[in-house]
Amino acid sequence: MANLTQKIVPVLGGKLSITVNISGSGPPIFFCHSAGGFYWDDFLENLSKDYTIYAPYFPGTAPGKPDEIEQLEHLWDAVLAYDDAIEELGLEQPIIMGHSFGGMLAAEIAAHRKKQTRKLILIAPIGLWKEEASYTVANWCALSFPEMKEVLFHDQSSPRVVKRMARPEEGTEEQALWDRDFIWTIGCTAKLIWPIPDKGLCKRIHRISAKSLIIWGENDKLISPSYANDFKHAIADSQVFTLPLCGHEPPLEQTEKLEVAVRNFLSD
Amino acid sequence: MKIACFHLMPYRDLEPDFDKKYDSAWFTLPFEDVADRAMVSKYYNWTLDELIHAAHSGFDGVCTNEHHQNAYGFMVNPNMMGSVLARATRGTDTAIIQMGETAVFLNPPIRVAEEYAMLDSISEGRLVAGFPVGLGGDYAYSYGMAPMEQRGRYREAHDLILKAWKSDKPFAWNGKYYQLPMVNIWPKPSQEPHPPIWVPGNASPSTWDFVIEHDYSYCYLTYFGAKGAKHMVDGYWDKVEEAGKDKNPYRMTYLIPVGVSETDEQAEKEYGPHIEYFYHKLLHMPEQLLLPPGHMTHSSLTHVLTKRPFPAYDEFNDMGFKEFNDRDYLVTGSAATVTAKLKEIIKDLNVGHLLLLPQFGSMPHDKAMENISRISEGVLPHLKGIWDDEGWEDKWWPKGQAGVSQTEKEAT
Repeated sequence: MANLTQKIVPVLGGKLSITVNISGSGPPIFFCHSAGGFYWDDFLENLSKDYTIYAPYFPGTAPGKPDEIEQLEHLWDAVLAYDDAIEELGLEQPIIMGHSFGGMLAAEIAAHRKKQTRKLILIAPIGLWKEEASYTVANWCALSFPEMKEVLFHDQSSPRVVKRMARPEEGTEEQALWDRDFIWTIGCTAKLIWPIPDKGLCKRIHRISAKSLIIWGENDKLISPSYANDFKHAIADSQVFTLPLCGHEPPLEQTEKLEVAVRNFLSD
Repeated sequence: MKIACFHLMPYRDLEPDFDKKYDSAWFTLPFEDVADRAMVSKYYNWTLDELIHAAHSGFDGVCTNEHHQNAYGFMVNPNMMGSVLARATRGTDTAIIQMGETAVFLNPPIRVAEEYAMLDSISEGRLVAGFPVGLGGDYAYSYGMAPMEQRGRYREAHDLILKAWKSDKPFAWNGKYYQLPMVNIWPKPSQEPHPPIWVPGNASPSTWDFVIEHDYSYCYLTYFGAKGAKHMVDGYWDKVEEAGKDKNPYRMTYLIPVGVSETDEQAEKEYGPHIEYFYHKLLHMPEQLLLPPGHMTHSSLTHVLTKRPFPAYDEFNDMGFKEFNDRDYLVTGSAATVTAKLKEIIKDLNVGHLLLLPQFGSMPHDKAMENISRISEGVLPHLKGIWDDEGWEDKWWPKGQAGVSQTEKEAT
């Protein structure tokens, strides 16, 4: 496990503080986590050998700070909070990377920061929506835990998935608190994208000028991999990389292949 | 003591195996698969007939409620029902209890202020204005509102509605959720400054605080029985006491299904299938549909998950009439038995308003009408005077009566 440090940075004129997990050395990658919350996985661990990862907790999801979500009312608040955080951290032209919910945030940040984004990496991002491949926030919020696992992963039995989704023993207080954190985290991210995560990215995505990599699991059951091409068509300098035998969670399901793809893209 | 007739307006004839075929009776159940349009017409009319029958046979009030996209109860606009009831009971003292039109479901929420004012006018001051917070799945899944916004919207809608009723001149509203350039509602309610307000809830301490702060009446709508309710209700009364307010029983309303038979022995045969249909079929719903993420505050979520104060809905499937009856999930038996049990509950919970549910689950129209008659004749007369010797004033009962407007009453 890498030596994770945390830095608390004031944003939105001091109304909110964002807790940023930091690890590694090398060029900065600003990483926006998925709706499931911040999780230091092997993908980030491996990348941190050559890059410095800055991974903020989405407001409300940092341990012991549930009320921070009250400072965010709209998606735009979150985008500006993250933009402020990047400035406060002193990151000049960072690589922006995001997964799923965080992918949409990453795309919004890159559309806003334009020239101040070195490169953009979107892993199964939400944010675009089309009738023929519709998905809603309710589609994941209304799932039971077993159903959610079924939808998220191509192979639930792979060791990294098992480790990530391991709940404490049934009926214990540990499990109750684990469930509480899981539900709360999803509730916080859902606040900005409810009920359909189509909050105007389609009107701003053309502004993205950074070279971009769009990654999708071929077996994603939550959001159709067909969206990869929609992102590609909307972002001028972009390419798609798809992962076989992979659902909505490439960092857990195809860790090594994802890492290679990202490293190749960044070194290109 | 005031006793009203509550109605959920359920789909009464679902196929016996519907819960094997579908995950939920709520939100995701396709109407076309399980429902018959002609039957639905009958249900709405039966529901109105049953409530009107209750009003004319001795109940003090009739009560409607709002839910969406389900077979459990689809009175999607309670004010439409309330309007019919107000007109059909003209000239009586029957309270029209709207439990109610849910303010956060309507945008702008002054529509609730307007419609309640209309109802209060039609009923000549017999309206009880219910302010439900709203069921999680209703507003989040059916109406597309972010769960984390709902409480904030509720509070703001409440403040806006109250100001709309009380203000004597037009005003602008610049809220967090609602912006209106000119609020100047027509009509104002018949009751001045506004109808009494009841707030239904499911034992959420934040709702108790809200009710106590504003001096409203709290309605505990639970399906987990009077025995289980005792602990929760005591929590409410403790807070009332902490706030320095009296233990006036009319601060509290309680809902319970009731079935009266000729004898105690006949109750299971008459009501067993209907209450089992209610718990097994109509409350067939995965928990996460009831409680979307963000619906509860962080502290409430922690409390519910660590303490588990309520059984999970799927536990109902292991229970039958006997368990429901033994745990006071419903009260059944002869009129004497029902009367005795309800007296016990009223005293035990310190309740001044009782909402009885005489039609529940699959109960057909004729049986519901018969049950209402039996309750009216054999039970209500023995309960109504229950608090009289203690001298409490019911400040939460509407002021209008018998077709006489408040202004006319004051003039005389």
